[in-house]
Amino acid sequence: MKELIKREYEHGFVTEIETDTFEPGLNEDVIRRLSEIKQEPEFMLEWRLKAYRRWLEMDDPTWAHVDYPRVDYNAISYYSAPKKKEDMPQSLDDVDPELLRTYEKLGIPLHEREKLAGVAVDAVFDSVSIGTTFKEQLAEAGVIFCPISEAVQKYPELVEKYLGSVVPAGDNFFAALNSAVFSDGSFVYIPKGVRCPLELSTYFRINAANTGQFERTLIVADAGSYVSYLEGCTAPMRDENQLHAAVVELVALDDAQIKYSTVQNWYPGDEHGKGGIYNFVTKRGACQGRNSKISWTQVETGSAVTWKYPSCILKGDNSVGEFYSVALTHNYQQADTGTKMIHLGKNTTSTIISKGISAGRSSNAYRGLVKFQPGAENARNFTQCDSLLIGDRCGAHTFPYIESRNKSAIVEHEATTSKVSDEQMFLCRQRGIDPEQAVSMIVNGFCKEVFKELPMEFAVEAGKLLEVSLEGSVG
Amino acid sequence: MLSIKNLHASVEGKEILKGINLEIKAGEVHAIMGPNGSGKSTLSQVLAGNEAFEVTEGEVTLNGENLLDLETEERAREGIFLAFQYPVEIPGVSNLQFLRTAVNAMRTHRGEPEMNAAEFMKLAKEVSKQVDLDPAFLKRGVNEGFSGGEKKRNEIMQALLLQPKLAILDETDSGLDIDALKVVSDGVNALRAKDRAILMVTHYQRLLNHIVPDYVHVLAGGRIIKSGGRELALELEERGYGWLGIKEDEAAAAN
Repeated sequence: MKELIKREYEHGFVTEIETDTFEPGLNEDVIRRLSEIKQEPEFMLEWRLKAYRRWLEMDDPTWAHVDYPRVDYNAISYYSAPKKKEDMPQSLDDVDPELLRTYEKLGIPLHEREKLAGVAVDAVFDSVSIGTTFKEQLAEAGVIFCPISEAVQKYPELVEKYLGSVVPAGDNFFAALNSAVFSDGSFVYIPKGVRCPLELSTYFRINAANTGQFERTLIVADAGSYVSYLEGCTAPMRDENQLHAAVVELVALDDAQIKYSTVQNWYPGDEHGKGGIYNFVTKRGACQGRNSKISWTQVETGSAVTWKYPSCILKGDNSVGEFYSVALTHNYQQADTGTKMIHLGKNTTSTIISKGISAGRSSNAYRGLVKFQPGAENARNFTQCDSLLIGDRCGAHTFPYIESRNKSAIVEHEATTSKVSDEQMFLCRQRGIDPEQAVSMIVNGFCKEVFKELPMEFAVEAGKLLEVSLEGSVG
Repeated sequence: MLSIKNLHASVEGKEILKGINLEIKAGEVHAIMGPNGSGKSTLSQVLAGNEAFEVTEGEVTLNGENLLDLETEERAREGIFLAFQYPVEIPGVSNLQFLRTAVNAMRTHRGEPEMNAAEFMKLAKEVSKQVDLDPAFLKRGVNEGFSGGEKKRNEIMQALLLQPKLAILDETDSGLDIDALKVVSDGVNALRAKDRAILMVTHYQRLLNHIVPDYVHVLAGGRIIKSGGRELALELEERGYGWLGIKEDEAAAAN
């Protein structure tokens, strides 16, 4: 079924393409050509150009607790057609053995390994029927789930109404860049009163690999609807693009619920800090309606530099925002991640549980903002930030900001920093447990509150992922 | 089974063990007594392989194999078990998960298949009753929020699950009321077997009323200064350590 979706997707793509890859560089012409190839309606082009003009006036943000060389935006190519089959590895024998070893450890099924490693494979006939079943099931429920490039053409009124409604084109440097040049991504619309019959994950996991470095996702949950969306993949993604600047927007109307789970495992660079992805993401959800709820759960173990703050704007009265996060850094990785909870409506509540794990020489920062606007009567927030250090060369930082403009608001904040202690390690080893397994067990225990928010199957994978990501952190 | 010859060990450059000699045979129960600071706990930590201690001289063999060459986890898999005096907490890791991981590490080492969650649950429930622990505690974090008595019973339960060749009990009686002491002692007595040795480290004689040792050794200033049978412990209780020419305070101060 994954094959089917992928094939359709590539198919739709390929027919529209005349040029393979753009010359590096960014200007209005590039954006016009990009929009033309994608056969976008006029409003889309105008929107992109407006974003580009805003972007030109902006600078790279420098406030985050991360350090990386400035990116040369004119050295990047802003459009590239999917790889041709003959350019891809022809079988798993052509793939980096190190990558295969990790797939094995993570227990990735064989047929998925080929796709993850970018091997040119033909569709498996068995899975076609399953894919059709899923598509039918979604269509029956009236759920729209398609590449955003397709949505721009097929559902322009929905896209025009909601795109940029949560993350405006000029929101920040990377969001502006993304708005100008976004390559592709997903579009989801759940109609009124519909509980999405599937977790939107199973086939997207593989698809995600092809959406390019400027991914754009828009999810709209209409009144009384529910959707659970899983993004990413536990398998390490090799990617030639160093910069990733994605934007995700969620809109929840009255009584609607969106649960968005992410596992991010982009290439983190080697053990000397060479290479790796810069992951500069803007993720934001708007609880537009009364009693709406948006829940972010993320497990971040990849990327050389991460800059990411999945946030909630709690506009509807009684709306609920949640943020559950595990961020693990190892070797020379740097992460500055957290959330913003903006309380606008009455009786709005938010919960933040952040677990940061630092190993090697890495740096891991939590940055969070909890803001109560004057209208947020009786709003409340609970924040818990825990840091776990492995070894003595890594760093953990917490930057919580609280702004309250309403006296009835209640904020609770708890923070702890602990180490994987020698005593804990000695106890585990004295019971016959391998040091690496012991660290993984202790770290998994530390993350338990977040893992239990993940869909079951993902939670098991996330546990294994931590184990793999922590390899070499002991001794 | 266990043979210790002229064992010297230090921590942070300070020598604590100054030439220990001890032979323990399968099926025997030995008690090591001594004042605070005599090196009792150090001996148990060194045998289990705590890297905070450095062995500077001597040798230790377990069934003829050089124990000091082995990593902590390898010693455990060869059958060395240490019941900790102050068991550490591991938040978020359930007791059940921890115990099953340990049991399966041993089973894998012996070439036996791993136990699945259901099989292990059944076994763990049975053993927890043996030390009078409510099976509900299996779901709690390792030692997390356990009372002193629960921690000690949990240690003995682990010994019963792991079935070691040599069980070292470090001050297992400390902090226990009389009822808990009885439960823990029953657990230890259940461990006694022909092919297993037990080494008890204790400050007080009272534990030995419940777990009757075959041999008693007095450790002072990093050396075994006197060995005897069960009666030696009773004599110590009656007369204190003074008649052996050591004073508790001095011994503690010297260390």
